[in-house]
Amino acid sequence: MKRKDKSLKTMLWTDKYRPKELSALDYHKDQAANLKNLTKDGDFPHLLVYGPLGAGKKTRIMCLLRELYGPGVERLKMENMNFTTPSNKKLEIMTVSSNYHIEVNPGDVGIYDRVVVMDIIKNVAQSQQLNVNAQREFKVVVLTGVDNLTKDAQHALRRTMEKYISNCRLILCANSLCRVLPAIKSRCLCIRVPAPTETEIVHILQNVCKKEDLSIPVEFASKIAKKSNRNLRRALLMCEACKVEQYPFTENQNIPDPDWQIFIKKTAARILQNQNIETLSKVRENLYELITNGIPSDIIFQTLLDELVANCDMEIRLAVMEQAAMYEHRMTQGNKQIFHLEAFVAKFMCMYQNMMQEMVGEF
Amino acid sequence: MQAFLKLKSGEAPSKPTSSTTILQNAKPWVEKYRPRTVTDVVEQNDVVSILEQCITGADFPNLLFYGPPGTGKTSTILAAARQLFGDIYKERILELNASDERGIQVIRDKVKNFAQLTASGVRPDGKRCPPFKIIILDEADSMTSVAQAALRRTMEKETKSTRFCLICNYVSRIIEPLTSRCTKFRFRPLKNSMIHERLALICKEENVNYDESALKTLVEKSDGDMRRAITCLQSCAKLASKGTPIDITTVSEVTGVVPDTWLEQFLTLCKNFVHYKDLQEFIRKLMLEAYASSQLLEQLNDKLVASKDLNDSQKSFIGEKIGVISFRLQEGGSEYLQLLELGLSLVKAFSLS
Repeated sequence: MKRKDKSLKTMLWTDKYRPKELSALDYHKDQAANLKNLTKDGDFPHLLVYGPLGAGKKTRIMCLLRELYGPGVERLKMENMNFTTPSNKKLEIMTVSSNYHIEVNPGDVGIYDRVVVMDIIKNVAQSQQLNVNAQREFKVVVLTGVDNLTKDAQHALRRTMEKYISNCRLILCANSLCRVLPAIKSRCLCIRVPAPTETEIVHILQNVCKKEDLSIPVEFASKIAKKSNRNLRRALLMCEACKVEQYPFTENQNIPDPDWQIFIKKTAARILQNQNIETLSKVRENLYELITNGIPSDIIFQTLLDELVANCDMEIRLAVMEQAAMYEHRMTQGNKQIFHLEAFVAKFMCMYQNMMQEMVGEF
Repeated sequence: MQAFLKLKSGEAPSKPTSSTTILQNAKPWVEKYRPRTVTDVVEQNDVVSILEQCITGADFPNLLFYGPPGTGKTSTILAAARQLFGDIYKERILELNASDERGIQVIRDKVKNFAQLTASGVRPDGKRCPPFKIIILDEADSMTSVAQAALRRTMEKETKSTRFCLICNYVSRIIEPLTSRCTKFRFRPLKNSMIHERLALICKEENVNYDESALKTLVEKSDGDMRRAITCLQSCAKLASKGTPIDITTVSEVTGVVPDTWLEQFLTLCKNFVHYKDLQEFIRKLMLEAYASSQLLEQLNDKLVASKDLNDSQKSFIGEKIGVISFRLQEGGSEYLQLLELGLSLVKAFSLS
């Protein structure tokens, strides 16, 4: 998700102005102070950091590691690790590591994540630090996307976390807590990272622009903040994109919507206009296009639903919502998303048409 | 350069002492305060009395422990093993949990091989000890049913030299033939007073200042899970800077409790429903605050059951919805959608009366 291409002379603003120390963080200062307390005696429990996208989970984790080990953690190297499953399937996964920590996203290998989790932790935990004086006596394993781990992998974490606590600490990073097993939650210190408020984003945008020698009107900054949906990363990217498009900034400069959002809006309008087989097949094409362009299906579903429900009567809203919740759940269970998206669209068309007919009948 | 080297060598002798102290600190309190003997285990009277008889020489059955997390299942069997075998307990037990490979092959090789070894009735230091080994299968409910089936005959054949102890959260996930071969014990959630007592003791040992009310909230939020309570206590103690007592705000932050104002606002929004937009906006905001929706559901449920504005049929309608939604959330449904549905259902329920 994040670009780490440092060979580029011009880094993205999101990476360039990423705070490197806990004391330099722009918001949630109390929490930063708490985290500092946590590392004061050179030791901390397993952590589970959770929050929405672009709230700064990763930034906080890196700051914490820096606080513990010093600037050495920023010397990162990428490495491909190989694993063999019990059924002799060879897996390869990319890890990012420094001398002190190793970061991996076990979700990359799909259902084989359990092998990765077990092997990595056991590897790290069983190799003791040679020079205890120079460093802490434990290493840190950062696992991202914990909420997307299979239940199997999460079970595998449980006892391992307790067993190897003397020379290995885990930092788990997740978007939401509900998919994390209670057994894991009870073994970690959970740290909530809420999204920054809009005023905080405005403040940060202004700071960044100042450092770049640009001037940004407050109105424009707050417009970006609003549009970013309190996602700091997106706000910075948007701001940078706007700068490329037109500088100096004007107050009512247009901030382009992402293409996919417009595309979904168009699809929704089409559904509301006409409910027949032809539209359905057109919608299918549109959905396929979205999926092949790599838009996550849950985001497609959510945006589409928001568009559709906004145009419904209160009476059928609950019914539509019920269906939507059901289809969305099935979509995450199954592995062919298009079926469920399309089934929902068809169901919605049917309900919408019934509603329209009833309304006509009443007159 | 010279200065740098000097500093390094000057520092070196002082460091090891600090690292050893850290090592002692590093032990989480959950491990530090694990019960050492079977009698230390609180609340689980049946198990304790039977195990005590076993330690004094009675026959030791195959065991099946089940119950919610943090009630002392693993601690009990480890403590019993320590008492039975003394110093050599590490050689006499084989502990397998979900993190180890536990397919059918492992059951066939590792477990069978371990089970077939005979154990002597005397310890190396000459004392008597029971002539068997214990195989602990922790988190047995995550074993495949094929692997469980492979255990069946092994369990019976090796009774002479081996006892099994299966530990799980849900007994329904253990196949029938295995449960009938074991003595079952249910571990009850701990009473709040028990947890409170234990936490107070730990606070005293660790020199932690605390607010009586903060400790009380901590106990209430732990739902009878001792491990959760102790982990939370340690986290609170770490987060609070030295000397300052643990207060309620730290506790609620660590336990991830959703503040009551959010719940109130959610309910009033649904009760006096005007615009769909408001509800949508509210839920979006709630999501950005990153509270766990499973926690929200739990608190909402508690609140609604006790609520006086709703009649029974409304409550049952909402209860059913909460059940379905909670299931879907755990299976990976999108929080935003599921909560929106809950909101609309609440609106409907309020309009039912």
